Formats: sequence, C-alpha cells, structure tokens
Amino acid sequence: MNEFIFFINIVVISGAVIGSIYALGAIGVTLIFGILRFAHFAHADMMTLGTFLVLVLTALFPAVGPAIGLPTAFVMMPLAMAATAVIAIGIDKAFYKPLRENNVKPVVMVMASVGVTLMLQGLIRFFAGTGSQSLFVDDRKAIFRIDLPFESASRAIVVTEPQILLFLFLAVAVVSLHLFLNKSRLGKAMRAMSDNPDLARVSGINTNTVVGVTWIIAGALACAAGTLLSLDVTLKPDLSFMILLPIFAAAIVGGVGHPYGALAGGFVVGFAETLAVFNWAFLLRPLEQALPWLDLPNNLAFVPTEYKITIPFFILVAILIWRPTGIFKGKVI
Amino acid sequence: MQNAKKEIILFSGLAVLVLWVLVAMGPAFGVRVLAEASCYAILALGLTIQWGYAGLFNAGIMGFVALGGFMAMLFGFPVNEDFWNTDLPAQLGGVGLKALFGIALIYGSTKLYKLGFPGKKLRLTLTLVLSLAVYLWVKTSLDPVASAIESQAGFIGGFGWPIWIGWIVGGSLAGLIAYFIGHICLGLRSDYLAIATLGIAEIIKAFLKNADWLTRGTLTVSPLPWPGPGPAEIGFVAARAVYLSLTAVIIAGLVFLLYRAYNAPWGRTMRAIRDNELSSSAMGKNVNGRRLEVFIFGSVLMGIGGAALITFNGIFDPSGFLPLNHTFLIWVMVILGGAGNNLGTLFGAVFVYVVWTMSEPVALYLLDVMRNLGEAWFAWEAPADLDSRALQARVFVIGLIISLVLRYAPKGLIPEKVAHHT
Amino acid sequence: MALIETNSIYAGYGGMNILNGVNMSIEQDEIGVIVGPNGAGKSTTLKAIFGLLNVNEGNITLRGEDITNLSPDKLVHKGMGFVPQEYNVFTSLSVEENLEMGAFIRKDDFGYMLERVYSFFPDLKDKRKQPAGELSGGQRQMVAMGRALMVEPSLLLLDEPTAGLSPLYMNEIFDRIVAVNESGVGVLMVEQNAKQALRIAHKGFVLAAGQNRYTDTGENLLNDPEVAKSFLGG
Repeated sequence: MNEFIFFINIVVISGAVIGSIYALGAIGVTLIFGILRFAHFAHADMMTLGTFLVLVLTALFPAVGPAIGLPTAFVMMPLAMAATAVIAIGIDKAFYKPLRENNVKPVVMVMASVGVTLMLQGLIRFFAGTGSQSLFVDDRKAIFRIDLPFESASRAIVVTEPQILLFLFLAVAVVSLHLFLNKSRLGKAMRAMSDNPDLARVSGINTNTVVGVTWIIAGALACAAGTLLSLDVTLKPDLSFMILLPIFAAAIVGGVGHPYGALAGGFVVGFAETLAVFNWAFLLRPLEQALPWLDLPNNLAFVPTEYKITIPFFILVAILIWRPTGIFKGKVI
Repeated sequence: MQNAKKEIILFSGLAVLVLWVLVAMGPAFGVRVLAEASCYAILALGLTIQWGYAGLFNAGIMGFVALGGFMAMLFGFPVNEDFWNTDLPAQLGGVGLKALFGIALIYGSTKLYKLGFPGKKLRLTLTLVLSLAVYLWVKTSLDPVASAIESQAGFIGGFGWPIWIGWIVGGSLAGLIAYFIGHICLGLRSDYLAIATLGIAEIIKAFLKNADWLTRGTLTVSPLPWPGPGPAEIGFVAARAVYLSLTAVIIAGLVFLLYRAYNAPWGRTMRAIRDNELSSSAMGKNVNGRRLEVFIFGSVLMGIGGAALITFNGIFDPSGFLPLNHTFLIWVMVILGGAGNNLGTLFGAVFVYVVWTMSEPVALYLLDVMRNLGEAWFAWEAPADLDSRALQARVFVIGLIISLVLRYAPKGLIPEKVAHHT
Repeated sequence: MALIETNSIYAGYGGMNILNGVNMSIEQDEIGVIVGPNGAGKSTTLKAIFGLLNVNEGNITLRGEDITNLSPDKLVHKGMGFVPQEYNVFTSLSVEENLEMGAFIRKDDFGYMLERVYSFFPDLKDKRKQPAGELSGGQRQMVAMGRALMVEPSLLLLDEPTAGLSPLYMNEIFDRIVAVNESGVGVLMVEQNAKQALRIAHKGFVLAAGQNRYTDTGENLLNDPEVAKSFLGG
C-alpha cells in the first residue's frame, strides 16, 4: 500500500504538476505559433520575467497574502500577469512587428525571438542574480497530508497549497480560454486568423488587435506558469532552454496552433518525464518479497534524472517522424 | 566600388583593433585571442554555410562543439594505464558487443515485413518494445562497468594518438548526428530544426557532463596535447603563433573550397533553394537532399572548429559549454559579418571575438566605477556577486546586437555579393 | 456616377507591371465580368482594386472617391467585399462563424444579415454548425460569398467563383450571383467559364496582355464573332 502511495506522490502528483506547467507554457507557444507562425524561443524567459515581477511585488507587499489566507505571491500573480502581458506587447512592437511588416521569413522571426530571449536573460540575471530564490518571502508553504483509510497505509498522500492552486488555475484558465475562443468575437477572430491569415485580412479583421490579444494571453499564461512552478519549487533564473524544450515538445505533440492539443501535450510530456525517471524498484519491491527468487536491482529507472531532458527530445523526434501534425491535427507544418 | 571601399575601411579598422590588443595587452594575450578567434572562425564558416547558403537555423552549435572537443580529448589524451591494465576494457567491450547485437536486433525487427510479418502497427509495437528492452539490457550491463571504471581508474582516458585524428573524427561524428537530425527535420517547418538542434545540444552536454567514466564529468580533463609544439617547449607566444598558423591554413583551405563550391552549380542551386524553395522544387531540384548536404557539411566544420577550440584551451570541461559562448556568439559573428559571405564571416568572427574578450574587463571596470560611485554618493551596498552579474549583462548586449542587426542591417556589414545575370 | 471605375491602371508585383492600362467601370445595379486568356491579368485586376498589390499608375475610384492603393481592411469599411479564388473559407470555423467573421467590422446587431444570407443560400442554414472545411466545393463558395456579403457591401469582387465546380453547381452559383445583384449589390467578377458568365453580365471586359481588348455589354460580346473566335472558343 505504501508503495502505491509513494507512486501517487512521486508520479501522479508530480507528473500532473509539471504537466500543468508545460501545458500553460505550451498553450501560449501554440497560440503564437498559430497566429504569428514562428516558434517563440523567448517564451521560457518570459515565464522567468513574469515570476521575477511577482517576486518584486511579493517583497514589496509581504503582508497581503496572510491577510487573505493565500500565498502572497499568488495574490500578486494577477498584477504581474497584466504587467507581463503589457511587456509582451511592448516586445512585439519593438522587435517582432517591424520584421513582420518587412515580410521576413518565419525563421528570421525565430532568430529575433532568440535575440529577445538573450536580452531578457541578461536583464533578469543582472537584477536577480543566478541563484535560486523562494517566492515565499514572509509566509510559508502550506502542506496537506491526506491519510488513506487503510490498515496498511502508514504514509500519507502529500499535496502542497501551490499545487492545488496550480490545478485550480489551470482549470479556470482552460475553461476561460475555451469560452473566449468559441464565444467571443475576438476569440473567433483569433481562430480565423490562425486558420487563414490572408482571408482574415480580406474579411476586414483587425489583425493587429488579434496579434495584441495573442500576446496578452501568451504573456499572462507564461507569467502564471513561471510563478506557479516557482511557488512549487524555487525561482531559478537560468531555467530558460531547459524548460523551453519540453514546452515546444508539448506544443508540437498537441498539434501546432491547437490550444487543447497543447494542454494534452503538456500532460503527455510531463507524465512521460516523471514515469521515465521514476525508480520502478520501489513499486516492485513487494513482488520481491513474494517471489524469493526475484532479485531486483536498486535502481530501475528508465532514465537517470540527469538525462531528463532527453525525454521531451525523444517525444519530439518521435512525433516529428510519425505524425508531424501532432495528435490533434495541427495545421501548420 | 562602394563595397570595396567599405570593405577596406572595415578591414583596416579590424587590423587597428587587433594591433591595439597586441600592443596594449601584450603579445601572449593578443596571439591567444587571435588563435581563439580563428577557431571561432571555423565554427562561423560552418554556420555561414548552413544559415547563409541554405537558410537553416542551427540553435545547437554548442552540441557539435562539445562533440568535437570530446573526440579530440578521447583520441589525443594520453593512455590511462590504470584502465587498460585491468579487465575493465574487456568488460566494456562486452557491453559494446551487447549494444551492437541489440542494435542489429532492432534493425532486423524493422525489416520483418520482408518475411511477411503481418500488421504495420504490430511491427511498430514490436520494434518499440524491443528497443526498450535492448536499452534496459545494455543500460543495466553498462552501469556496473561504468561505476567500476570510475572507482578503479577514474575514467578510460584517451588513446594517445595524434590529436588531429580526434579533430577529424569529431567532425565526422558531428556530421553523423547532423545527418540524423536533418533527416528528421529538414522536410518540415524551418522552426523545427531550430528546436531539435537546441535539444540535441543540451542532450550532448548532459551526456558528456554525467558520463564520468568517459569524460571525468565535472572533474574536467587537462592538459590536452597540441598538434604542434606546446608552450612548454617553445614558449607561449611562439607555440600559440604556430597554433594560429595551423588554424589559419585550415581556414584558408576552407575558404578556397567554399569559394569554388559557391560559384559552382551546387552553390547556385543552394541559393536558388534558399531564395525560393517552391519554384526550385518545382524545377525538379531535390530541395531536402541539398539542404541535408549543407547541414551535414556545416556541422562537420563545427565539429572540427569545436575540437580546435577545446584543444587550444587545453582543458575539456563539459560544464563549460554554454549556449551563449558556443552558439549565440557564433550567430552574432555570422549575421553581423554578413551571412553567406565568407569574407564577412571571417571579419565578423575576429571582430566579435576581440570585442567579446575585451568586453569582460570593460564590463568589470564599468561595474567597479558604478559600485564606487554608488558607495560614495548613496551609501549603496553592492551585491556581492556584482562581478558575475556584470558578465551576465553581456548576454543582454549579444541579444540586443542580434535584434538590431536583424532589423537595421539584415544582410550584415559585408553583405553577400549577389551576381545579377540580366 | 459609376460604382467602380479604373482609369488606365498599371499594376503588378514589385516594380514589374502585369496590368498595362486597364479601364473598366460598372454601375451600382450591374454585374461586370472580366474574361480573357490565362495570364491576361484578370485576377490581378481584382487584386489591384482590392489593394492586394501595388497600383503604379492610374487610379481607381469608388463612387467618385479615389481608393487607389488603400489597404484591404479600409476597403471593407468602404463597402467592398472580396472573395478570393482559393482558400476562401475558414475551414476550421463553422459556417455561421465564417459569416460572423465577415461581419467583424460591424458593431451593430447583424442577425438580420445572417438571415438574409441564409435566404440567398438556403443550403447553408442546415449546415450552419458544421465546420466549413467539411462542405462541398459549391457550398464553400456560398459560404465565401455569404461571408463577403455580411458587411452589406455595395460592390462584391469575385475571383473565379465557379472554378472547379461541376456544371450543376456552376449554374446554381450564377443564379445566386444574379439574385445577390438584384438585391442591389454591384458585382465585378473574373470568370474562366466565359460564355455562361457573359450571359448574366451587364458589362463584359475582355482582357489580353494586361489591357482591355474589348469592352461592351455581355450580350454584344457574346454575339461578336471576333470575340467569339479569339476568346470564347468559337
């Protein structure tokens, strides 16, 4: 029984947590991919930037959270999301829009986003240093232990407050995004532009507004993803390329330009990672007791933790070989 | 005429800059910077082929650099007797045989259809399950051997061969990896190649960093032997100058080859594909085949350039490979100098590398001034890691240069010369 | 005053002209049809009018107002609708969403216009929740025309509305175009099926090498033996 609880704690919960983070990032990446048609390499550093803004706000107003009963950083998150959205629009105006108007090839846009990501990295590291920081400035992380009503279960299922907030936020974000894309004029215009940008222009759809909305959503979600990840672990300013790869993998697995696909892709990549580094020996140990001739090695993980980065890469390669359009058919290849 | 004038001005400016470094910082330092710049120039030539000739975005140069450096170390580093005098090489060979056998099995399983094995899905599942089983089998046999090597011998050491063999093998291995990635990605959107190369670079780095039995991991391997006489024999300046002349010969050979290829039908086809993929493929050009060639060739140069760079540094440190220093710095060299123009690329490599090296003391000096002023005027207490932050800030400048060049000088300082046939 | 008028326009991609002086004009209640051999600049004329490529010389007026080189979205606001030849529906959006996208610039309640479009194209009403990508070629063409009609344009530009359709559907589309025109919308269209198109045309323009070769009423052009011989396949 304890082995099973261990499995839930290590695989189910952790997988869902990291999957949710990837999903939040991948939704933004996939929207940008769909509307602006380039892989946005600056997304990971946009996440870090948003988180850094939360850190600053949290340090400025540390007493707000305890008054409401939530982590201060989570209370500050909406403000930082708005700020990140504004910054995202500003970055677009300054660096992407001029190139777009010159009708450059998509790959030049990719490089421009690399330029932006390096600038963001420089700024973040200059002001925040490279060490890890905690978003809990004046409060503590609440941890919930859920005991199972079984004789043999001496361990408890452990969930932290940030994890619950993450799941709730993801649910709210996905439902709102769904309603926005399917019910509102602007949301439908976004889908239209991602479907056929030339026809959107010919129809009189204001493409600048649509691009702006895309950056607002992507920027806000990136900030939320970074903050919720940092609340769960710590804020690492140099995450950048390490988290970019799984997010891209998630977006491509889900089918580029397909927000629900990105959601599914995020969980696929998240669970694949956790399952691959999970030490299966823990789960199989009861079997060893039952079958005395069985001799299990101590470590039965598929991939050592140091090589976790290979998992999203292999998922990416596999999907590019077998189904480049993604599991939900994306449109742009 | 206008262009020639501009080139003369740019190159004389560069010569003055180089002379200034040689005089101000001393010949030993100056020649070191130039030798490193020449290694970067080989890398930049590799990139200018990929990006300038074919428009391919390689975001993982670092991986090829690391691979080249590793091969140079493996072939050139002296033999580790502690390892070869035990039965560990035999055990390692056994694991190697197992791996070969496993790969043969997997390859065989993909050919089962020739025996009339039914069901495409079934075959695919079989191959996947088999691959996983082989992987686990090889991994569980390698793990104890690897830890035995680490505890008894440190690491397997090198082969003690002339290091240039390692350079060539490093280049070939880089080309092989490029073949696999290119094969998968080149038929798809251009962005996917960037993502995949970024991934493979991080994976190669993670592998080299953690496979202690092979590379000593974070303990690093040094000193690496040089292809020419080392500093211990003829002194720093002379040894570095010899090294520089060696890389200069390589560069001259490469530029000559590229010049020939660029003006040959092959080069024209390449540029046609880059400028108008659709019509080239409509004219019956094998677009992806050509691109694959270019991608492989460029990556081979990156492997060789990486090997040359790491050999010159004399130390193989897997944690020292950084996307900034080993990927994006080279991007700046190429796009600032002029993608697709070999002369421009060489200019960019030397210019950017000299500025990059000099920017370190300059950034530290500026920060120091800032700190002193801050303390004097505002009683500002500077963070302790201000120096490392100052170096981090150079990332910002690299990013800014990329953005500015893309917007205001998309063809670089010395643009590709396009011959118009009217 | 003419609804749309082009005065010897020269236009093309980059600096090269494909149109070398095209003159045409139609009135509010008319259907104008542009015919001519491949490469004559038929579609290019429509694109030049709709601001999709540069007019280098000459001018275009809409009810006397100069609209040369205005961007497409401005022209939509001025009451022009354009239906491209290919990729003219949002395939992943439902039929009704396609129509709503046509009305994107409208701030008022356009529900009545949806109903009017459905009355022009009754087939669409049953399929309004279906993704447009699942429809047949003829139905897609109807969606595309309906989308352009949502702003209640005074002028509808159609680029080969019957390309690739079966003869049955072709006639139905022509019927719809006449019906739309009779509701008060001027139509200027490019057609490969020249004979059928000229039959419904008030004015016909025969283009060759980027210039008007013949300009007359549809009927006269059909009966002109010269035109018939050179351009209508005998």
